[in-house]
Amino acid sequence: MLRYTLRRLASALVLMLFVSFVAFILVFAAGDPAVRIAGESGSAADAARIRAEFGFDQPVWVQYLHWLAGLLRGDLGHSFYFNQPVSAILLPALATTLLLGACAICFALALALPLGIAAGRFPNTLLDRFALLVAVVGQAMPSFWLALLLVIAFSVDNQLLPASGIGHWQNYVMPTAVLGYFAAPAVMRLTRSGMIATLETDYIRTSRAMGIPAGRVLRSYALRNAIIPVVGVASAQFGYMLAGSVVVESVFAIPGAGQLAWQSILRSDLPMVQALVLCFALIYVALTFLADIVNAWLDPRMRG
Amino acid sequence: MSDLAVPVLAPARRRRWTRHPGLIAGSAVVVVIIALALLAPVISGYDPYDQDLLARIVPPVWMDGGSWDHVLGTDQLGRDYLARLLYGARVSLLIGVSAALISGVIGTALGVLAGYFGGKTDLVISFLITARLALPVILVALAVVATIGSSLTVVILVLGLLIWDRYALVMRAGTQQLRSADFITAARVQGCSAWQIMRFEILPNLANNLIIVATLEIGQAIVLESALSFLGLGVPPPLPSWGLMVAEGKSYILFDSWMITIPGLALFALVLAINMVGDGLRDVTAPEGRN
Repeated sequence: MLRYTLRRLASALVLMLFVSFVAFILVFAAGDPAVRIAGESGSAADAARIRAEFGFDQPVWVQYLHWLAGLLRGDLGHSFYFNQPVSAILLPALATTLLLGACAICFALALALPLGIAAGRFPNTLLDRFALLVAVVGQAMPSFWLALLLVIAFSVDNQLLPASGIGHWQNYVMPTAVLGYFAAPAVMRLTRSGMIATLETDYIRTSRAMGIPAGRVLRSYALRNAIIPVVGVASAQFGYMLAGSVVVESVFAIPGAGQLAWQSILRSDLPMVQALVLCFALIYVALTFLADIVNAWLDPRMRG
Repeated sequence: MSDLAVPVLAPARRRRWTRHPGLIAGSAVVVVIIALALLAPVISGYDPYDQDLLARIVPPVWMDGGSWDHVLGTDQLGRDYLARLLYGARVSLLIGVSAALISGVIGTALGVLAGYFGGKTDLVISFLITARLALPVILVALAVVATIGSSLTVVILVLGLLIWDRYALVMRAGTQQLRSADFITAARVQGCSAWQIMRFEILPNLANNLIIVATLEIGQAIVLESALSFLGLGVPPPLPSWGLMVAEGKSYILFDSWMITIPGLALFALVLAINMVGDGLRDVTAPEGRN
């Protein structure tokens, strides 16, 4: 187990390094940042001065190593727009988004797990069809449209929930529902198919034949095995959800990392964009790493 | 033998096709939307770019103040909503299909190479797939479109270069399963090159999987394009895009929420139908994999 953990940790670190490089290149390769900072009215001399001041005149790999060294010291860079350290703006926003993401993944699991288990236990029944409908609709529903439909229903037509902001817990209801519903279908489908596959195995048939009560077979034997692939997909969905927060936060005017990312892109605040892309990617890598460790703990066969 | 097998197999397969209600319904909706998009000039007499500032935000025909002149009403610039919706279908379909084709080429090549050669090749390509999955698609797409500048081509290219991961995963797994099959070994013994085996033995056998993934990716690309356009960094105005129409309708959410409901409904219907076709094809071609 320890050897497996260390090996996975090493590959996660290599991945993080590679992703940090891509995040750096992506934003810089696309255009000359100095010209963009100088703006439309900036002269060539302005651009040259900015280039020298921010080190844009150096080769890309020197700039990358400089940035990476800063990252390792906990320095995410300096925001062009706010003229403050990136971390001072980014960390509070990220905290808001992580809170929203945590609420949303709980909502997704609360919706998807019972439905998936029930659908897998009673396949091809009306209940199963209903679960499939919930999943299919969720996969086709653009999140910004669902968000606006909820605003129309609960804020415009009936003043039940606030349409924007984060002052009150009620502000989190609609964004949580939208983001959570976005993550639920994948979890539900996998729970269902895992349940069906597990219930067909010999050891379940044997335990039933031995007279163990059906409820206990389901809880103690089937569920544990059916749930293994769900751990991985749920953590991956959490990562996708953070990216989806870009859209949802902009609809509900939530001052989180997603909205900050969108606005920073519109403002050409490159250090902020780089740091945000990196943060989202690192959270995803960390989550999948944790999911692998949890899976190896649940199922020793995966430690190979 | 093969002459005998055809008439025996064909009716069974056809029955499976015709007995899948989701596949039929999904295909029907997709065909209708494609027809509407192609026949846009015939159905609507209006140009989707023509502004009529004297007839702005006219509601659809079934609401108070609506008329048959503009069946689905007009937008904030007095442009006919039905015309914009119909031409918007062209944009969605064009972007969905093109992006799915580009990503399909990239993902298939990577997946088959990784699955066939294994070893170091597999290691490198699997690493690329994981790295790609770690990057947030919407954020990267927004950042790139913002720097290069938005146009139809840029949106197609950016999405195409980003969403190849599922192709690569599916093709890699499929190739790994086929690699040790007898007919592959036979081809190798006969002296076929690796390229010939991948192109003429492996790829045709994975065509089913490829079509299923492609269908689902078309849906995903359409949703992504609408999200980018909604955030103002997708298809540039005045091109009619459903995501852009929802974004423009957002300012009128208080009194004219139909401006949001109508294009959203079109988007939802198209993506739902495409996903139903994809799911249905999977059920029909691989019934054992249904669960």
